[in-house]
Amino acid sequence: MSVTLYVPCDSSAISLGADRIATTILNEAKKRNITIKLIRNGSRGLFWLEPLVEVDTPEGRKAYGPVQLNDISSLFDANFIQGGEHPLFLGLIEELDYLKKQQRLTFARIGKTDPISLDDYLNHEGFKGLKNALNQSQADIVKTVTDSGLRGRGGAAFPTGIKWNTVLNTPSEQKYIICNADEGDSGTFSDRMVMEGDPFVLIEGMTIAGIAVGATQGYIYLRVEYPHAHKALDTAIEKAYQAGYLGNNILGSGKTFHLEVRLGAGAYICGEETSLMESLEGKRGLVRFKPPLPAISGLFGKPTVVNNVISLASVPVILDKGGDYYRDFGMGRSRGTLPLQLAGNIKHTGLVEVAFGVTLRELLYDFGGGSASGRPIKAVQVGGPLGAYLPESQFDTPLDYEAFAANWTVLGHGGVVAFDDTANMAELARYNMEFCAIESCGKCTPCRIGSTRGYEVIDTIMAGQDLEKNIPLLRDLCNTLLNGSLCALGGMTPYPVLSALNHFPKDFGIDDNADAA
Amino acid sequence: MTESSLIQTTVQNIATALKNKPGALLPILHAVQDTLGYIPEESVPTIAKTLNLSRAEVHGVISFYHYFRDSKPGKQIIHLCRAESCQAMGGKHLEAHVKNRLGIDFHETTSDGQYSLEPVYCLGNCACSPAIQIGTDVYGRVSADSFDAIINEKKELA
Repeated sequence: MSVTLYVPCDSSAISLGADRIATTILNEAKKRNITIKLIRNGSRGLFWLEPLVEVDTPEGRKAYGPVQLNDISSLFDANFIQGGEHPLFLGLIEELDYLKKQQRLTFARIGKTDPISLDDYLNHEGFKGLKNALNQSQADIVKTVTDSGLRGRGGAAFPTGIKWNTVLNTPSEQKYIICNADEGDSGTFSDRMVMEGDPFVLIEGMTIAGIAVGATQGYIYLRVEYPHAHKALDTAIEKAYQAGYLGNNILGSGKTFHLEVRLGAGAYICGEETSLMESLEGKRGLVRFKPPLPAISGLFGKPTVVNNVISLASVPVILDKGGDYYRDFGMGRSRGTLPLQLAGNIKHTGLVEVAFGVTLRELLYDFGGGSASGRPIKAVQVGGPLGAYLPESQFDTPLDYEAFAANWTVLGHGGVVAFDDTANMAELARYNMEFCAIESCGKCTPCRIGSTRGYEVIDTIMAGQDLEKNIPLLRDLCNTLLNGSLCALGGMTPYPVLSALNHFPKDFGIDDNADAA
Repeated sequence: MTESSLIQTTVQNIATALKNKPGALLPILHAVQDTLGYIPEESVPTIAKTLNLSRAEVHGVISFYHYFRDSKPGKQIIHLCRAESCQAMGGKHLEAHVKNRLGIDFHETTSDGQYSLEPVYCLGNCACSPAIQIGTDVYGRVSADSFDAIINEKKELA
């Protein structure tokens, strides 16, 4: 009897040795004359347990992890292919608390299926959303997305349905769908997991978007740092063309949608939508003035939908199960689920997709298990390099766009990076200014010059020079960046810098909170 | 064929094959760098002429993007992540160790031509920080010792 085993092909799993584990398992099985079928699945997102090996048993899929090369022989000795006992045995994968407590809508398939198997995709609800969309009017599709309450998951949280509606109602002989897959925020990897672990869902979401607004060409603007995602997307796109899910006559409907992956070239700013379009047009990634909105005059001057990977990958489930189904998750004006990414100094790093409303504390301790180092968590940066650092006093903030905004913090793309008490917040603030200087497109002065002046003044503060003069200078500079920059890079770099200064003045050499006001 | 004319032929072939793509410049630059390992300065006029752009425009694009390089790299490029998540897990110590071990700073190449070292701002491997990438292979939870082991293993394979 053949047994099915799963070893993830996710690049984080590979970074911990999953490829070697897969090869060694195959070799060991051959040596022992055991027939096995080994599937390279996406990752479940329980990265502290990677490389995680799963085996199919009559009771369900059982997991072992983290598996190292020298464990494999003993795993076979323990008859793990039939779910045998072993020190690395974790039980039924779907019964693990970390997964059980999640509400996986966008990530429903990831980790279960072979990412580049179209059959697997179809057997797990794949393309049901597209089939529904093909039977609806364009306005109805847009209405379903609007009703779902989906807001842009790239960080800006703009209502997706409203954006689509603008493009739908802007007449043009050519329109475009762009997927922003330039996931540059530190602490984020959910886009990568989707593209590597379920590329068809992104293809489906983009095709639905194209049909909804009347766009016939889509581009996935992918960061060059993601070679595995590139390969998975190219393979899936080719299969989708062959099976009639992309092309000139999608599933015999007469509708057209073409899709191509384009690579970025290591510029963080190209995650900003207008800069991204400049880059796609073959230019330097300089930020454009808005208006005109991309929805009216975007790529090559045509109406363009620019959505993040997670936004587009959430569309198929919305079209499959309805806008109400999705909207019933969440709180306030933050509807549906948010795939959060636990990173940095956290014991149980990974992907946690939950409805909006859980608190940061639940995330850090119930899911994350506290810091990896065992020391107290000092600060948490949420929302990437432009997101504020939250001190412990803010850990009870519910994950909700408005609740975060009220604190001068942002949810962004859902990246959560924890730091223990060895972190020096002045050093981090300096890094944030330096990062802004390195990645600034240079078009506006506050960002181009202010960022360099920013880390220079933090250097003088860290050297303890003229604090009474230099702290107000740093605040003044942040104010200029905040109000005078053209886009979020310069406009939001003050978030981490000022939050570090306000919540951790001691790290800047200030004894009390006198200056923090 | 001399090296220079070989470069010209390669670049011209790539530019001609891709010039009709909308926004062709980035795909062309990627293809040139994938083939040659870098974008030689002498390829700029060829690309500019094929796309009907000025040389300044092409040069401007090459210099804007961190990933594009106009000098020959070492046999392998090591990208070391400097971003927050890696910093939270000892990335700065790793950075110091890697620079010391290779005897080079960022944007430099070892004297034996084996490795170039480049900073990167996130590899999307933040659940397994600190992370580095050698060629297209990503490594997670890298320590000073495991970095040395990776380099030694590569040396043995070479």
